[in-house]
Parts: sequence; C-alpha cells; structure tokens
Amino acid sequence: MLTFENPAISIQNVTKIFGEQTVLNELNFDIERNKITTILGFSGAGKSTLLKHILGIMNPTSGVVSVLGQDLSKLDKMELREFRRNFGMLFQYAALFDSFTAQENVAFPLKEFTKLKESEITEKVKDLLISVGIKEESFDRLPSELSGGMRKRVGLARGLALSPHIMLYDEPTTGLDPITTKMVNNLIVETATQHKDREMTSVIISHDVRATLEISDYVAFLDRGKIIEYLPVEEFKKSDKELVQEFLNL
Amino acid sequence: MITKLKTYLETKIEEFGRNLLDMVDGLGMITLFAGRSFYWMGKRPFRIRLLFEQLYSIGNKSMTIILLAGLFTGMVFCTQTYLGFKMINVDSLVGAIVAISLAKELAPVLTGLIVAGRAGSAMAAQIGSMKVTEQIDALEVMGINSIQYLAVPRIVAATIAVPMLSICFLFIGNLGAYLIGTTTLMIDEAMFFSKLSEFMVVADVAQGVIKATVFGFVIAVIGTYFGFQVEKGAVGVGRGTNQAVVWGMVSVLVLDYFLTTFLVKIL
Repeated sequence: MLTFENPAISIQNVTKIFGEQTVLNELNFDIERNKITTILGFSGAGKSTLLKHILGIMNPTSGVVSVLGQDLSKLDKMELREFRRNFGMLFQYAALFDSFTAQENVAFPLKEFTKLKESEITEKVKDLLISVGIKEESFDRLPSELSGGMRKRVGLARGLALSPHIMLYDEPTTGLDPITTKMVNNLIVETATQHKDREMTSVIISHDVRATLEISDYVAFLDRGKIIEYLPVEEFKKSDKELVQEFLNL
Repeated sequence: MITKLKTYLETKIEEFGRNLLDMVDGLGMITLFAGRSFYWMGKRPFRIRLLFEQLYSIGNKSMTIILLAGLFTGMVFCTQTYLGFKMINVDSLVGAIVAISLAKELAPVLTGLIVAGRAGSAMAAQIGSMKVTEQIDALEVMGINSIQYLAVPRIVAATIAVPMLSICFLFIGNLGAYLIGTTTLMIDEAMFFSKLSEFMVVADVAQGVIKATVFGFVIAVIGTYFGFQVEKGAVGVGRGTNQAVVWGMVSVLVLDYFLTTFLVKIL
C-alpha cells in the first residue's frame, strides 16, 4: 500500500457503519498532492460514501479524515462549509442549475464567495468557459440547450471557479459515448496540468476502468469498504489480485 | 371463517397503526425541518433577490386565479345567503354576513388551498427535481446551505404573500357580492353598506390575516420539505409533489379549526 509524506487527503482507520451494514471498514490510505488518483470499485463498494467523507458531508463512525493537513472532525459546521471551498467537483451529470445559463452557473460561486466586481466576474467566467472549450455563442444557453459533453465542460468550469486545491470527479465518464469520454479525459488531464503550479490534486471516483486508467497517476481499488489494491497505474495494471484482474478484464 | 376474519382485521389494524405512526413520524420530521428553516432564517447572507423572486412567483403569479376565485366565491355566497335570509326577511344583512364570512374564513382558507395547490406543488417539484439531478449536492459541496438557499426564501415569501393574497380575495369577493347583491338581487345599496359597517369589525379582518399568515408559512414548509425528501427520479418528484399538495391542503383545513378556536378567544 502507498503512503506519502505530505498527502492531500489522508484516510486513517475510517469505518462507517449504517445500521448493521459496514460500508467503510477500517480504511487506510493517502492521496498524493498534485497527482490524479482514481478510486475504482464495483457499485456498492463504498465509493460514494468515501467521497462524502472526503467532502465532510458525512462523518465516519470511527477514524480520521484529513484534507490538506486539516482533520475534518475538528471543524465546526460553519468552518467546514468554509473549508469546502478548497474543493471543486464535477458531478456525473454535471449538476448545473437548470434555471441559470452556462455563464450564470460558472459565475454563481464567484458571486457567492468573492468580492469581485461584476466586470471582473464576467471576465473570469469568460476565461474559465473558454479554457474548457466552450465557445462564446454558448455562454447564454441554458443547460437544457447544451449537449452532455458541453454540460460537463461547464460543470468543470464551475468547479474550477474558486481555484480549488482538490478537484473531485464523480463518475466523469460513466454512460458517455467513446468520443465524449475521450474529451472528458483530455479535459481532466489538461485541467490538472494547467493548475499544477498552484497545486491541484485530482480525485476520480469511477467504475469505468478503461477510461480512467489512461489518465491516472495512481489507482486504488475499493471492495466492500476496504482498499484491496493501491498502486501507481502501470503497476496496478499488473496487479496479482484476482478481483482487480477480473475488474480490469471486464 | 372466523380465523380468516380475525386475520383480516389484524392486518387492517396493523396497517392503520403503521399509517398512523408514519403520519406522526412525518409530522415530527416536518416540525424539525421548520425549526431548521427558522434557524437559517436568522443567518447571513440574507438573499433579498431570491426573496423577491419567490414573492413574484408565489404572490404575483397566483393573483389572477385568486381574483377569479374571490370574485365568484363572493357572488355565489351572496346569492345563497340572500335566498336563505329572504325567507326570514333579513336580506339587508347579506352584505355584512358575506363580508364577515369572507374575512374570517373563506378568504384565508380558499387562498391557502389555492396556494397549496399552485405554489406548494411547484416548490416540491422544483426542489425535488434539483435533488434528483444533484443540484442540491452541488450547492452543499460549494459550502452553501441548501435549506438557507432554497427553503428560507420560499417560506418567508409565502408567509408574506398569502395574507396579501387573502386580502385581495376578501376585497374582490366583497366586490362580487356587492355587484350581484345590488344589481341582480336588488338589495338596497345603502342598506348593504350600512349593515356591513355596523357589523364588521377590524378583528374580523385581523383573524383572517393571522390565519393566512400561518397557512402561508405551513404550506411553504410542507412544499419545501417534500421537495427535499424526493428520491428515485421522476416518479419520486411526482410523489413528492402529490404529498406536498395533499399535506398542504389537509393542514390548512385542520389548522383552520384550531386557529379559529384560539383566535375567537383572543380577538
């Protein structure tokens, strides 16, 4: 199992129990700063629960979740809300606000959390949308008028608006056609590269093994609440764990 | 035969008990939700723009239907009251009775029912569809409290808008009664107004306004609560919307009785 000196995210002995069901079982692992780490696993393996723990939306039954050196259990609710501004997130279906246009969606976190002037916000939104490949004629379109790929791009721009240190991707390529999958993958890599100088860690939660292996630096495999394999991507592909090989060959 | 009947009765009693417990549980959850909404009402930032948007959506957009309902309710109620009162030769009291009934009961209750059906369902549907498309998760991840952002403006707006709508209902209902009373039923115009001013007091209007304020608050709490409870896609949104309307309307009628009992003692 991999350990890092100064990880972006550290999960120490985390257990989460719902009723009689143990969803995360004494989970231990670190996520390296400035790298792309993918957490793979079958449906029901505990990936979404783990994501909610990293975001501080859910508290562990026992154990410690630290993000950027901060133990999340030590923060009160308001501090936790403030702390979440370190995160950006791209949801599976982008989760754009459907009554807002593309640019209003991206402007939303800037209006809520910064003291930027309207003109500065407009400028920043324009830069963000162009950086993810949205053309100006689409700025005023509602999410319902955008294609699935464009919605993902806008969702990513919104996630990046507050310059987060950790970018989370929840099933970014699940259910997409091969061309859009490639586009989203390129976008994740480009985003990680573009923002490397100011430190940005990317965490991908997925069960789309083929798409995510192409772009990851590290891969962890979660099964029934435990990390059963966690290696750099090339070594992960050669893992001798039966379940991992079964998953890779699906 | 007796065993079958016994099993049937046991099943029915069990079902009734379960439904009753679910209802009590639901009431408790709605009360907790109302408490959380209250808590977030007092916290910054105060989103005035969202409040005005909701005032427009709940208030302005309900106005046409409220005016139509009020006008015809006043006209029908005037006609029916006249037919009864004429038998005992007190048709001069029609205007006063219609006005008092509208002020104390019909205006707040019918306004409440209309808003529960129109705005309460819209609240549940909007928030419910945001829930199933992860828009609420997106708010939370950004560090924005979804209750403060989505529920509070709707609750405050409904609490302000419903009494205003109720006053409009009262005004237009009285206008309808006056038009029908003086033109079709030939009630003397001077008598209509003199009895109205003789019998109707400010407390009658106040009672209706207080009721409408409570109804507005409760309808919005129920509408937003069921929106947040939505799960399982479009079917869940439909179910949530349906529950918001049913609970909203039933709450208006049940609360009306308790509020009446309470308000007649203090006003």
